Amino acid sequence: MGKKPNIVELEEVVVKFAGDSGDGMQLTGSQFSDTSAFIGNDLSTFPDYPSEIRAPQGTVAGVSGFQVHIGHKDVSTPGDLADVLVAMNPAALKANMKWVKAEATIIIDIDNFDDKNFKKAGYIEDPLNDGSLEGFNIIKAPITELTRATTNELGLDSKTADKTKNQFVAGILFFLFNRDISIGENFLQDKFKSKPELVEANEAVLHAGFNYAETIEAFSTTFLVNPAKNKKGLFRNISGNQATAWGLLAASERANIGLFLGSYPITPASEILQELSGMKHLDALTFQAEDEIAGICSAIGASFSGRLAVTSTSGPGLALKGEAIGLAVITELPIVIVNVQRGGPSTGLPTKTEQSDLLQALYGRNGESPVVVIAASSPANCFDYAYKAAKLALEHMSPVILLTDGYLANGSELWHIPEVKEMAEIGTRKVEDNHEEYFPYSRDEETLARMWATPGQEGMRHRIGGLEKADITGEVSHDPMNHQIMVEKRQEKINKVVNFIPEQEVLGEDSADLLVVGWGGTYGALFTAVSELQEEGHSISLAQFNYINPLPGNTEEVLKSFKKRVVCELNMGQFANYLRSKHPSYEYQQYNKVQGLPFMISELKIKFRELLEKI
Amino acid sequence: MSENSVITAKDFKVDGSVKWCAGCGSFSVLSTIKNALSLTGVRKEDIVFVSGIGCSSRFPYYINTYGFHSLHGRATAIASGVKVANPNLSVWVVTGDGDSMAIGGNHFIHVIRRNININILLFNNKIYGLTKGQYSPTTPVGSVTKTSPDGTIENPFRPGELVMGAQGAFFARIVDTDPKMMKEVLVEAADHRGTTVVEILQNCVIFANKVHNEITGSDVKHDHQIYLKHGEPMIFGKNREKGLILKSNKFEVVTIGENGITVDDLAVHDSHDDSHSLHYMLARMSLPEFPVAMGVIRAVKNPVYESMLYEQVKANKATAKFKNVDELMRSGNTFMINEEK
Repeated sequence: MGKKPNIVELEEVVVKFAGDSGDGMQLTGSQFSDTSAFIGNDLSTFPDYPSEIRAPQGTVAGVSGFQVHIGHKDVSTPGDLADVLVAMNPAALKANMKWVKAEATIIIDIDNFDDKNFKKAGYIEDPLNDGSLEGFNIIKAPITELTRATTNELGLDSKTADKTKNQFVAGILFFLFNRDISIGENFLQDKFKSKPELVEANEAVLHAGFNYAETIEAFSTTFLVNPAKNKKGLFRNISGNQATAWGLLAASERANIGLFLGSYPITPASEILQELSGMKHLDALTFQAEDEIAGICSAIGASFSGRLAVTSTSGPGLALKGEAIGLAVITELPIVIVNVQRGGPSTGLPTKTEQSDLLQALYGRNGESPVVVIAASSPANCFDYAYKAAKLALEHMSPVILLTDGYLANGSELWHIPEVKEMAEIGTRKVEDNHEEYFPYSRDEETLARMWATPGQEGMRHRIGGLEKADITGEVSHDPMNHQIMVEKRQEKINKVVNFIPEQEVLGEDSADLLVVGWGGTYGALFTAVSELQEEGHSISLAQFNYINPLPGNTEEVLKSFKKRVVCELNMGQFANYLRSKHPSYEYQQYNKVQGLPFMISELKIKFRELLEKI
Repeated sequence: MSENSVITAKDFKVDGSVKWCAGCGSFSVLSTIKNALSLTGVRKEDIVFVSGIGCSSRFPYYINTYGFHSLHGRATAIASGVKVANPNLSVWVVTGDGDSMAIGGNHFIHVIRRNININILLFNNKIYGLTKGQYSPTTPVGSVTKTSPDGTIENPFRPGELVMGAQGAFFARIVDTDPKMMKEVLVEAADHRGTTVVEILQNCVIFANKVHNEITGSDVKHDHQIYLKHGEPMIFGKNREKGLILKSNKFEVVTIGENGITVDDLAVHDSHDDSHSLHYMLARMSLPEFPVAMGVIRAVKNPVYESMLYEQVKANKATAKFKNVDELMRSGNTFMINEEK
């Protein structure tokens, strides 16, 4: 037994797990996150995996990663660089060396560091001996060997044994972070409920890892991250896609209208379809369509029948749905289109994040075809914006596009669990049978939303369709003036949504030197960068937009009170150009990144400092 | 009881005018459908017509039910959503040969594969009418049209083959010139549970006039059509003197009285036969060797998509661990932070 190590209390720490896509790194990452949440840490996670299911073993292309950022202080991103890296093989080390802090602790499975694996990873020399790891705290753990030794005693074959390696890593981390190992045992008992024989093996390996770390003297210092100081109440760890699915369910329950999701599997949106397909008991029907077009068309049909209709997709799918969104625009049926953005164009970077579908969402249809566009800005608030998307669609009888992205969808964070009854009420435009003043296109004055009569209702038979319709009566009309009126009314209906959305908030002073403008999923990085610069005394604020079309009513006011504005987005400047067209009186600087990766806080701060210096 | 207790064809009349070309085959289909619907016993409020794009797809505007004139090729996808969302509705798709066989081919085969309980009326005039005369996926090889000045070089689809290939349970064929046959078949389609496809040989008076004349012409129709009825011998001809026999698993045209053939020798139509090999042969029969098969060629009871779906809903509700979203959100791993656990 080694001597008792020093315990250092940390405000925050970033751990990155990396290995072959079969090494169970996603599981170890989730286990570490859940344990962190259990002891009350704030947290944010981000998985990083290849688009191939099992890319060649041992290669850099096949490295699967999972990054967890935990904190005693508030945590808003998965973190720029890791304090602790777990690398199960040379490829994992190679792929992640640029994402670790100087002096980071790097735990490697020394059993995989041989010539064969160096070659696969593309190393010319042994990285352990070429000086490239100088300054780091390298823990060369015989993970494979000790795991096998432990499981051999239980009579497991080496293939099954190797699947428990990740628990050896987990054991080391339980020691390193001074955690109660029984939390890890509980996780395993829950995870392998149906396979008790695996519980025993995994628990044994977990303990083996813990004991190994305690015995060797490499960990002269261990860490403690205390419970989050600013959080109180009931939480869970939730990913953006799960939050999106649950937000839709909550809206369906609150509006008392059954959910219908018509969708086609596509990365990184498929989890929404998967999650809702198991929610039939909550009146959610899912229809896995033959293609993206049928996905939205079945949803439009369900909307005509009176359900809360949703379709979920990613960029290429949104392109295919364009014509049908136009049909929902002209028939003025409520529908939510969830677009989980990924790198484009075409198939692009399916598993990587980007914000490059903004203009497609706003304008990617034939004709004058305005829709409401909103964007979620954190994994957990995907719940709120999915709920709001449904509310706006139902109350305004319009398609609503909800933009999330791969980073939000797959990332996770702590979420304060709400109560459905405390959420905003959702009204609908449904009408009773034999309504005397019903016409398909007679409208509510305040919203310009039409009434929603559905098949089966007595005395309400009517016909809708993609041909232009006469104002009020809904008969087919090719009259020139009527078309002008209907185009204007559809636009005005969307414009009026501004009266039903909150004003744009500014984080920081309402008037300062630099306004950082962002939208959607970049919130965590922008917020952290701006907050840190504010703490350093800089005159800088952040306006992160969630409502894109229409923009909040006070947008002009927000923009005008700053000496300089910089629009930061993961595209080539789509929101910046949108602001230039909507609020042309101002100059907008841009900061753009299109690498399939989220912003790093450090790169943002460099850019903002540079802009601040020039003011 | 409401006004719905007795409905007649007149209940389905709309105020506006019907804007098909004079002499278009669709007029007789429209009036026959109104008749057939009045015989089905379905509330008129429960009937929905969904169409795609094309001449025939204007249909929903001309019948006073709920209606949805949608996108080119997508009617079957939209109708799937309408029906699954509310299984009480009687849902009818009106589509054409371009709409369902070309741009909507994918949705067509998939709705059939799923066996959603909707009725598809496929108006087959073998031409693109609304876009003024380009060849369609059912246009016969060699046809000269605006886009095939030297004759088409594409093999046409036979809709019946696609239906069977997609595991269709119901396929029928009718002609726009025979209201009695149309009505009988449409009522049977309405009563069938599952996806039904009724191919209507419909005449485009402008761009493919008389394209079906070899089948429907009053001088040849008795000899060139065979109206199949379940449980009855396969008999046709002006004097009902011809029939089909099965020989070495192939159909053969025979004349009653010749070579000792009697009515008893004729094949008997079994539209309920689960195997579709005979139905496939019947649907493929073409002139001049064979008469063209009319009536309900295939009508098999298969499990229906939305019935199974709602069974799953029921079963899930019975065993669900959480009954509402609040319970769902509190299920699994939750963490009480900075409060008593």
